[in-house]
Amino acid sequence: MAFQLPTWMALGPTLVLGLTALLLLVFDSIEPDTTNRGLLAGTAALGSLAAVGLSAWYLVAGTGEEPISLYQNTVVVDTMTLFFGLVFASVTALVVVASYDYMRDHSYQAEYYALVMLAATGMTLMAAANSLAVVFVSLELSSLPSFALVAILKKNRGSVEAGLKYFLIGALSSAIFVYGVSLVYGVTGSLLLPEVASGVADTNLTGVLGIGVMMILGGFAYKTASVPFHFWAPEAYEGAPAPVAAFLSSASKAAGFAVAFRVLTVAFPVEELVTGAAGSVDWVLAAQILAVVTMTLGNFAAATQDEVKRMLAYSSIGHAGYVLIALASLSGGSDQFVLAGGMAHLLVYGFMNTGAFLFIALAEYWSVGRTFEDYNGLATKAPFASVAMTVFLFSLAGLPPFGGFMSKYFLFAGAVRAGFWWLAAIGAINSALSLYYYSRVVKAIWIEDPSGDFDIESKPVGLYTAIVAAAVVTVLLLPGFGSVWQFATDAAAALVA
Amino acid sequence: MWIEALIAVTLASAAAVFLAPNKVAGKLAFALSLLPLVGSLWMYSTYEASGNALLAGSELAFETNFDWVVAGPYSLSWHVGLDGISMPLIALTTVLTSLALLASWTPIDERQSQFYGLMLFLEASLLGVFSALDFFLWFVFWEMVLVPMYVLIGVWGGPRRKYAAIKMFVYTNIASLVMFIGFIALVFGLGDSVTSLDMPAIAQALRAGELGSLGPVGAGTLKVAAFVAMFAGFAVKVPVVPFHTWLPDAHVEAPTPVSIMLAGVLLKMGTYALLRFNFTMLPEVAQNNAPIIALFAVVSVIYGAMLALAQSDLKRIVAYSSVSSMGYVILGLVAYTLYGMGGATFQMVAHGLISGLMFMSVGVIYNTTHTRMVSDMSGLASKMPITVAVFVAGAFGYMGLPLMAGFAAELFIFLGSFGAFAGSVWFTAAAMFGIVVVAGYLLFAMQRTLFGDFEVETDYEVGPAAFHDVAPLVVLILLVILLGVDPSIFYDMIQNAVDPLVPATGGGV
Repeated sequence: MAFQLPTWMALGPTLVLGLTALLLLVFDSIEPDTTNRGLLAGTAALGSLAAVGLSAWYLVAGTGEEPISLYQNTVVVDTMTLFFGLVFASVTALVVVASYDYMRDHSYQAEYYALVMLAATGMTLMAAANSLAVVFVSLELSSLPSFALVAILKKNRGSVEAGLKYFLIGALSSAIFVYGVSLVYGVTGSLLLPEVASGVADTNLTGVLGIGVMMILGGFAYKTASVPFHFWAPEAYEGAPAPVAAFLSSASKAAGFAVAFRVLTVAFPVEELVTGAAGSVDWVLAAQILAVVTMTLGNFAAATQDEVKRMLAYSSIGHAGYVLIALASLSGGSDQFVLAGGMAHLLVYGFMNTGAFLFIALAEYWSVGRTFEDYNGLATKAPFASVAMTVFLFSLAGLPPFGGFMSKYFLFAGAVRAGFWWLAAIGAINSALSLYYYSRVVKAIWIEDPSGDFDIESKPVGLYTAIVAAAVVTVLLLPGFGSVWQFATDAAAALVA
Repeated sequence: MWIEALIAVTLASAAAVFLAPNKVAGKLAFALSLLPLVGSLWMYSTYEASGNALLAGSELAFETNFDWVVAGPYSLSWHVGLDGISMPLIALTTVLTSLALLASWTPIDERQSQFYGLMLFLEASLLGVFSALDFFLWFVFWEMVLVPMYVLIGVWGGPRRKYAAIKMFVYTNIASLVMFIGFIALVFGLGDSVTSLDMPAIAQALRAGELGSLGPVGAGTLKVAAFVAMFAGFAVKVPVVPFHTWLPDAHVEAPTPVSIMLAGVLLKMGTYALLRFNFTMLPEVAQNNAPIIALFAVVSVIYGAMLALAQSDLKRIVAYSSVSSMGYVILGLVAYTLYGMGGATFQMVAHGLISGLMFMSVGVIYNTTHTRMVSDMSGLASKMPITVAVFVAGAFGYMGLPLMAGFAAELFIFLGSFGAFAGSVWFTAAAMFGIVVVAGYLLFAMQRTLFGDFEVETDYEVGPAAFHDVAPLVVLILLVILLGVDPSIFYDMIQNAVDPLVPATGGGV
């Protein structure tokens, strides 16, 4: 290697996102009342695309195959950090581009984009956190801007109410999480994940430790919108502007899983706590229960909704349940395979779910109503976007022609391989059920006759670009799944052998 | 790379047509569909292969095989190739699609670009189904067929189109799931002896008896259970009585061109998959239970024909007669004789052409008269001479008139199944009786609608159909006669591919 970048450059994606946020704030202080939406959205889009490019470059170049420890080992950049960095940055780019049109009449342009970039910064940091303190700080860094983003439509009651609910539950679960961290610190005497691991290996305070681990698990459940801290999600996603809902349900959920994967596997190793001689804190069992309850609840609730956005919100809870299978199948002897399955699903999900929410954003932009009936016959007016939406929905349902089928297949196959065939079976049944409510939207868009007159006067460039990009990636992930799987396996290898 | 090119060109055409304006979509789609048509004919003319694609010692045409996703025991590959079973079906798909597109010009009068785009997308998926040799890849294409089909019936269909579309979608999707579970159970049962989902590798391992037990389930039980699951899954697609109830609804509601594709090609997916999976991979299960399977076949033949006899809607008559004809295919397959299997495969092609022809002529009649009820019309022969002539010729093809494709297929099937296994004489005799019923309802329906004094119960002007409606009919009837006069066009390659499946001690004539 002729030229070696300094090691702090490994955090490039995080730094780029953070600097973009600051730059946007600078723009705002120079000209607070700017109407130059293009400049702001363009800056944010460039920043997030730069982060995408950096993550992809590092991944391909093999950065992080030897984990890079920074800042007294509190932050670590390995293949998993970069893998998730790619997911967050891609979702951010899509959301920012779509927001250009969606937020057109909004008075807090710069703040909006700055908040999105700050939240994304926090997410990438979550994937790199190697200390419980950094975990907490980055969790808050991504949560606090999210609260403001949900409530950013100040004059809209739904938005404000959603923001308040999200904030209250967020504050509660943060408190629970940080209390869990303090208990774990009390038991092990360290906040660094590897040292926590050696601490839990030779402690006899398993009762306290158990409570601590469960509380930490609760914090992750909140961030990933899993049972029992899931109930903010439908309200928040429904009230929030649709691009923000896309951002939260895709990127924020993936961030929760990224940090959960690392903390649980590194700090509370399965072989010590679950299957070891002192096996006493069986968080894998807890994850199994949560996985089953989360996916079943999400899917059944989604099936009973009347509004498309709310249906998607519940479906995103269901998908959290699928990914929880990855945690629930640890200790089965093929840890790397199941974790890779979970990560690959999060990546595919990042595109298909963002795309689906952005289609909702498009519908809201056109002032189409919220219910299934309101979507009747949309394909006659907007066939192109409707094709994209169909791709997203069938991919979410796990129908074979699209990327979602591959990732679900490998996730379930990993569970079967680890011996948890019943988890895979419950997942498959839920997945089959999900086809019912996803296809309701497809049916409304394509088959039903238009019930009202759509006032579709324009085809917004930004929203269309984002939706088409997400659809193209969702389709390309099927033939390209080989390399996704390769990166996901490498990322999982950073955590478990 | 020819198969890839074929699929890619078709997909690109679908996208191009989807974006084209409604006015030119139909003509553009037909013109673009000539590309895969010419491509497949070129492939046929240069086709050089021997043996069965799934068995050892075969030489495949246009084969490509490279890794797609490598993940331990679940690695997937892009593996496509043609043997004597799939080559005729590829040709059938491209021919029927082009003709069906031509037949769409008259009946499809709204959202044309979407319709034609979806039809081409359907064609691409079908080409994939018939050429894929990796189970996963095959399953992707298999399910890909459903999406355009669902929309095609649901948007451009008749009055009860939504019900018919959702029924078709749900039936076949559940069937796919059952089949998927059955097959994956087999793969797990094979354990470490197979490290991919490559169909040839799995078929050879299964035939070599490497199936182990899966959990508490022994190898013998696993085989039977997987066979049942896969049979049930494919039986819905074929369809075999009692899994057939989605078909008449789908056919009656579907617009004519979609019916042509449905009867002509989609039903063949079911029998093709039965041949590839059940009858190639688990031959001893099929042979041991031949009488039971033959019973399904014969019940389909007789019951389908009886139902057709009871209908008053021309399209329903043709739809139920498809159920009947596909029963012959199953009977031929389960015989495990040279003629039985060869004839069954040939029947897939022959029935594809003849049923496409029948649906197309019913469609042309409907375009003009705006009714399909037998009781609403009579004496059409005097007004639409060519259409009626083709319809009559096609009906005789259905009845198995010599020198038509159906005759060769059914003759081979009966020759092959007669005496092939215990009780097969009776099953064959019963199936032959089905032809009598077919002749009965077709002659009866034709006599009432086509001949006699002209009378139509609608106010529409009845005259000769447009050239682009009649041309595909004439092409199809010529193809049917061509295959009847010289079955060896396809039969030689078919025979070559099914030979390795037939046990040396096979019975039959």
